[in-house]
Formats: sequence, structure tokens, C-alpha cells
Amino acid sequence: MNRIIVCVKPVPDPKHWDKVSMDPETKTLKREGIPLILNPLDKHALEAALVLRESHGGEVVLLSMAPPFAQPLIREGLAMGADRAVLLSDRVFAGSDSLATAEILAAGCRWIGDYDVILCGNQSIDGSTAQICSQLAEMLNIPNVMHVIGLEGSSGDNLVITQKIESGSVTLSSGFPIVLSVRKELNKPRYIPFTGILAAESKEITIVSNEDVRVDPERIGLSGSPTKMAGMDVRKFERKRERLEGTVDEIVKKLVERIYQCGVIEC
Amino acid sequence: MNEKKSADVWVFAEQRDGELHDVSLELLGKASELASQAGGAVVAVLMGHQVRELAQILVNHGAHIVFVADDPRLGQYRLLPYTHVLESLIKKHEPGTVLMGATAMGVELAPRVAARLRTGLSAHCIDLKLDEKGNLLQMVPGWGGGIVATIACPDHRPQMATVMPGAMRVLPEEEREGRIEDVSIDLPDSNMGPEVLGVERTVAGEQPLEKAEVVVAGGWGVGGKENWHLLEELARLLGGAVGATRPPVDEGWARESQMIGQSGKTVRPTLYLGIGISGVMHHIVGMDQSKHVISINSNQNADIFQASDVIVAQDFMKIVPPLISELKSRVKG
Repeated sequence: MNRIIVCVKPVPDPKHWDKVSMDPETKTLKREGIPLILNPLDKHALEAALVLRESHGGEVVLLSMAPPFAQPLIREGLAMGADRAVLLSDRVFAGSDSLATAEILAAGCRWIGDYDVILCGNQSIDGSTAQICSQLAEMLNIPNVMHVIGLEGSSGDNLVITQKIESGSVTLSSGFPIVLSVRKELNKPRYIPFTGILAAESKEITIVSNEDVRVDPERIGLSGSPTKMAGMDVRKFERKRERLEGTVDEIVKKLVERIYQCGVIEC
Repeated sequence: MNEKKSADVWVFAEQRDGELHDVSLELLGKASELASQAGGAVVAVLMGHQVRELAQILVNHGAHIVFVADDPRLGQYRLLPYTHVLESLIKKHEPGTVLMGATAMGVELAPRVAARLRTGLSAHCIDLKLDEKGNLLQMVPGWGGGIVATIACPDHRPQMATVMPGAMRVLPEEEREGRIEDVSIDLPDSNMGPEVLGVERTVAGEQPLEKAEVVVAGGWGVGGKENWHLLEELARLLGGAVGATRPPVDEGWARESQMIGQSGKTVRPTLYLGIGISGVMHHIVGMDQSKHVISINSNQNADIFQASDVIVAQDFMKIVPPLISELKSRVKG
């Protein structure tokens, strides 16, 4: 194996999502001050890459589209065991939807070159579109498989992949190169050893702009994204919110009445 | 393909092993509404091998035209051949809108097709509307579901969306007229991606949660597997099914197929009874279209109470066992 690229995304820490608010006039999200974490599923993708490297050799390169201040998070991935990282950072990338993002990541993959396997998490916890795996592969004109819960490198240039579907699973056989997106059942990401943190300090993070990867400016950013935000609303609930009070006996009696009133069981 | 605004609404009719996925029929229901508003036709695309007999089911659920791509090479779902067939059909007919289910298959196939056509795709929609210009307004829950974004794709066609299973209503099945048309396919012999080595079915046919009239759902507050049978008993008495939030699934008290919410199922029963559920948005988005919502939680300020009609702020262990006895005595009496 020559090279494994792992796509990672810094995402706002869900523990702090209650601090997300919406500007009622601009209808945009205010997310200042919310700490970032590495998208949890991406660590499973990295773990899979590290296991593949153990059996097949090669280099593990992290790829992320993020502002330069995301570097400490990328270093976390280096501490886990990736060899180096490439950070796609450019103002012209801002506002990209999934298609435009896939375009940028594909350019990043081509710029790195010589990839056999590209791994990513099945979805991010913030946007959750789950579109990057298929779109990145399409841009690179190579196959892809999502929902990966099993991955074995057999002899030679072949992978045996288990894909989870609603009714069970599908086993697939694939050559290289391929893009895979993983579910958390695939593995348990390793703990970061102290030596890993030390080693990560000297690993390289290359910051790359669009001057380097040269994506057509008409295909990136807000203007290059086919999907547009037409509005945004905080979800509201219109419910009766009747509180049942009293002793346990009284509450149970009222509760039974309410259930009967729904008409789901016969009196 | 830009600026062509055909009013036709296409639905990808997902099937595996000759069984249509319910979401395909749900999408036909929504597509009928959208197409009649826009003055277009509802078109279903059915792919597989020896699946022609499913076409009439699609017609009876609202499809005006069914394109059937029946070929041994499409017998097993494979991403690249399916992408190829959809791409050529869409390029030939130029529909305005293409809908797919947000299923394991749909979330893999839709983005690949959208990228090939270089058009926009929104994911996991919970509702769809047309504006006066024929733009599809796509409601997408984000940030765990607390915020619903409206996405549009004004400058590209087709406008594409994947839709959460359970989110749309099925039209009543009745004898309807429709045109069923075989399409010839032209598949390249090579570069068609991974080969299928085998398919394993592990999930038995259970009463689908999405179809139950009563859903009794449990959360972390149920406390353990040893208490879970109370929910099952209550559901049985009410003729319903048991659902769960994520923690009970992670803990192994409930199966993954029982999970309700953004990464699980959308339910809209007549009665949803939530037990020990705090009410994170991730779960709420999967149940807030229920007709009646009753919640039992010992936390006086549980978030789920905001989304409930009837609130019981009590320890469920004090309420549910006498509730079961009371229901038993009434059902028997």
C-alpha cells in the first residue's frame, strides 16, 4: 500500500450546542465561543487506517478543510498515529456545501497523490449530510462504499468490506483505490499514548491554499454551491403540556383516562 | 441541464430482494402532492432483476409513469451500475425534482448521482414544499434537530433530496391507471466497482415501529434491561410497539431497529408514550409528529415535557406498574 488518506472534520462540541443561537434578522447561526472537537466518527476512520497500515504498510495522511486555528485538533490525529497532515485553508472555501466541499477535498487528495484508500466518517455530527464519501469518490472517479462495519485487507490488492444495511449486512470485495466511510461499530479508536503526543509535536502539518490545489473558483464557496440556505427556524412545539398532579392513584386514574381519550384502545 | 424546470417529480423506488422499501411509497405520496401543485407527473424509477410486478404497486400508490430497468446485472444493488442507470434516465428526461429515501442505499446513491449531475442535494429531509417558482423547499433538521434549515437549489436541476423514512404519508392503495415502461440500459462492462460476495439477513421481520398506532418509548431513565419488560408489557396492552432513544440501544436493552430520532426512525403514532426520556432534539425530531404525546419522567423540567400533551413528572417505577394493573383489569373487565 502506498498511502491512506483520512478525511477529518473539526466540529462544534455537542456538549455546548445549547449555546448555539440564531440571529433572528440574518437567520444565521451564532456559534462563537463553542469549542471544536474532531468529529467522533473520523477517529474510527483513522483507527481503521492505522490498522491497515500495520498489515499493509504505507503512509497515513490526515486531510482536513478547516481554518488554521484547527491545528491543535489535527495534531490530536497525529498523536493517535497518523504520519502527517494536510490542512486545506483558504477564505475562498468558506460557505461551501457538500458538493463544493467534496470538490475541494478531491483536489486535496489529488495534490497529496498516490492514494490507495481514502477513509472518512460516515457522517459529521454537525451537518450530518453523510454526502462526502460518495461525492468525493465521484469527483475522483473511483468507487466508494458507505456504512462500513468490517474491513479486512486480504492478500494482494484487495479489500473485503462489510457494509451495514437495514436488514443485515452486505460483504463486498474491492480493489484499490477506493473511498470508504465508516460506522462506529467498525472498531474502537485507540487511546492516545503520551509518547504519541510527544511524537506529534514533530510531525508535519502542511497548510495548503487554493493557490496550491487550484479548484475552479466557480465550483467552491457560497457562490459555487448549488444548495442555498433559504431560511432557518428554531423548532417550536405546540402541545397542551397538561401536568397530572395528585397521589399516585389519582395520577394513574387520570393517565388511563387520557390514554382512552386518544382512542387507541376500546373502553 | 440548468434552467430547465420540468414539473415532473421523480421517486427512486428502492427494493431489495423484490421487496419495496416503505419509504418509496411514502415518497410517492409526497410526490403526488408536489406534482399536482406544479402540474407535472409522478414518475417512479424501479431497478433490479425480475421486479416488474412491483411496478403496479407503485402505480397504485400514485405513480403516473414507472420506468423499469430490469436486468440481471442490477439484481443486487451496486452503487456504480445504479448511479449509471439513474444518470442516463435523468439526463434523458430532465425531471425537475428527484427524491430518494434516506436509507442505507439512498444516502450512498443520491450524493453520487447528484455529484455526477453537478446538482444540489439535501439530506434527511423531514418535509418538502414547492414555492411559487417551482423551487423545492427542503426542510432539514440540523444541530441535533433543534434547528430546521430550509434548503433550496434555485439554479440547478434536478433538485434532489433524500427524505427520512416515516416522515411522509402514503396515499391509500387503490387501483390506479399508470404507464409502465421498460427502459433499455447500457452498462459498461468494467469499472463498476466492488463485487458483492454475499448478503446476510440478520433482522427478522418484526412489526415495524413506523406503522404502530401506539409507541411506548424508553430512554436512559428506564435504568436497566431488568426494567425494560415493563415497556414491552405496556406496549402489548396498548397494542403498540416499543421504541427507544439512543442510550438503551447502546446499552443493549433495545435493538437498533427500535431507535427513534435523527439517526433512527421517524414515528407518527396516534399515541406516543415516552418513559424516562429526557428529550434531546435528536430524539424529538423522530417523534414530534405524533398525534398525542404523554411523557413520564422524574425530572420536573425534562425537555421532553415541552413537546408533550400530558406530563407526568414522577418516577416511572411508581406509575407504570399500577398503570399496567389498571389497564389489565379494564381490558379483562
